[in-house]
Amino acid sequence: MSETQSTYNYKVVRQFAIMTVIWGIVGMLVGVIIAAQLVWPELNLGFLHFGRLRPLHTNAVIFAFGGCALFATSYYVVQRTCHTRLFSDGLAAFTFWGWQLVIVLAAVTLPLGMTSGKEYAELEWPIDILITLVWVAYAVVFFGTIAKRKVSHIYVANWFYGGFILAVALLHVVNSAEIPVTLTKSYSAYAGVQDAMVQWWYGHNAVGFFLTAGFLGMMYYFVPKQAERPVYSYRLSVVHFWALIFTYMWAGPHHLHYTALPDWTQSVGMLFSLILLAPSWGGMINGVMTLSGAWHKLRDDPILKFLITSLSFYGMSTFEGPMMAIKTVNALSHYTDWTVGHVHSGALGWVAMISIGSIYYLLPRLFGKSEMFSVRLITVHFWVATIGVVLYIASMWISGVMQGLMWRAVNADGTLTYSFVESVKASYPFWAIRFLGGVLFLTGMLVMAYNMFKTIAGGRSVDDARVLVPAAHHA
Amino acid sequence: METLYLLIPISVVLVFLIALAFWWSLRSGQFDDMEGPAYRILMDDDRSSPAAKPGDDRPGVPPADLRDS
Repeated sequence: MSETQSTYNYKVVRQFAIMTVIWGIVGMLVGVIIAAQLVWPELNLGFLHFGRLRPLHTNAVIFAFGGCALFATSYYVVQRTCHTRLFSDGLAAFTFWGWQLVIVLAAVTLPLGMTSGKEYAELEWPIDILITLVWVAYAVVFFGTIAKRKVSHIYVANWFYGGFILAVALLHVVNSAEIPVTLTKSYSAYAGVQDAMVQWWYGHNAVGFFLTAGFLGMMYYFVPKQAERPVYSYRLSVVHFWALIFTYMWAGPHHLHYTALPDWTQSVGMLFSLILLAPSWGGMINGVMTLSGAWHKLRDDPILKFLITSLSFYGMSTFEGPMMAIKTVNALSHYTDWTVGHVHSGALGWVAMISIGSIYYLLPRLFGKSEMFSVRLITVHFWVATIGVVLYIASMWISGVMQGLMWRAVNADGTLTYSFVESVKASYPFWAIRFLGGVLFLTGMLVMAYNMFKTIAGGRSVDDARVLVPAAHHA
Repeated sequence: METLYLLIPISVVLVFLIALAFWWSLRSGQFDDMEGPAYRILMDDDRSSPAAKPGDDRPGVPPADLRDS
């Protein structure tokens, strides 16, 4: 007992870290397949068509890839910064196997067409219940570990992770309220515009807490650690946290501009989205400025390249988001590829790159190595991934604005200038470029997997990293 | 828009809960030191033992360059 209590639980971190890479490849492969299906429609084979595979892609990259990255890093960070072992090894193992089961069930049910039809919450009610159980166990492990911490201060990264865990629990329970009809079919407890509002209250906060707050926790630990410098302003990081937490919840209605949603609700959503620019950029500047005085490290450290580039994309997409939430801009951008490009600037540029950087940081430490098998391959991964993201978002910007302009163009007599299918036809070249960008990003992940397995093969599982006595005072 | 009768109370209750958490963290001294915590995570040497410099390979001993800080 005393032996296990004096070491960290690295096993569950290792499991989640490896699965992050595996699910990243799976999820991005499905993304590349559906991108190809848009360019070559004949690839829509049988029931494996775009409509069935698209939710599989989003669920796999957000919840399987992103989720595993969040589990791995949060379990690592909470142990290291609280100087104590995880609250419960058994529950931690349950979160791992339970989460993998959720992912496998999603991979089976979504292609079979079992869906509740709510974007990013498609999974049917039995899986929703399993998610709830896993999430409660996650909260118990995380907050239990915080409760038995050996230092009085709770490091800011843990605040972000904690906020993310609690908010996602609330969002999931409220939005997944549904009435089961059979084992594989249920109907939402809400109807019509009510349902839409709850759905996007969930949907946008899933972006805000799952894809932002959680990954900001990652940023506030791994950027300073990899740069070997304290965060630029610790005070700003605390302000960042509270500002983000207090203001995020009401941005959702910007997904429902010009719909049956009351006008004032849309305006509230737009206003809160604009307010969010302030904490987001405060955090982004805080992260990037951590490198001030040590910019040279960026030259030859590819892990740092990943982390800092991810912050640049975070800054870009949190500027673009509030702009797109402005009603007049939204009138052009909504329903076009611009939205898809915006999402991927956040998902590939910010979420995936900060996760990839953090996992590269973790792997050698988890397998008893001083560094990854090949640092050169990390550099290759970085450039391939960056070019992939740029191709992706630039092509989507162009096709998005083009679609928006074509759809709204009217002749002098009031008739539409273009038919819808003309805008589809005009989009093909950009969809091909997007496909190429996706292939590049996926290639980067394959390079990462090779590097990871080579690192593991030559290493040993570090099961006995001793809990360090916390440093009493700073210098 | 009956859904607002659900979402607005949730948001209001949430803001109060967040305010409560903020009040607790303020009172319990979480923000008394706004410099030290940033440095303290750097003092926690998490490199696995082969990475440590010769003589410093015992786990739990920070490498020399961090020990004196």
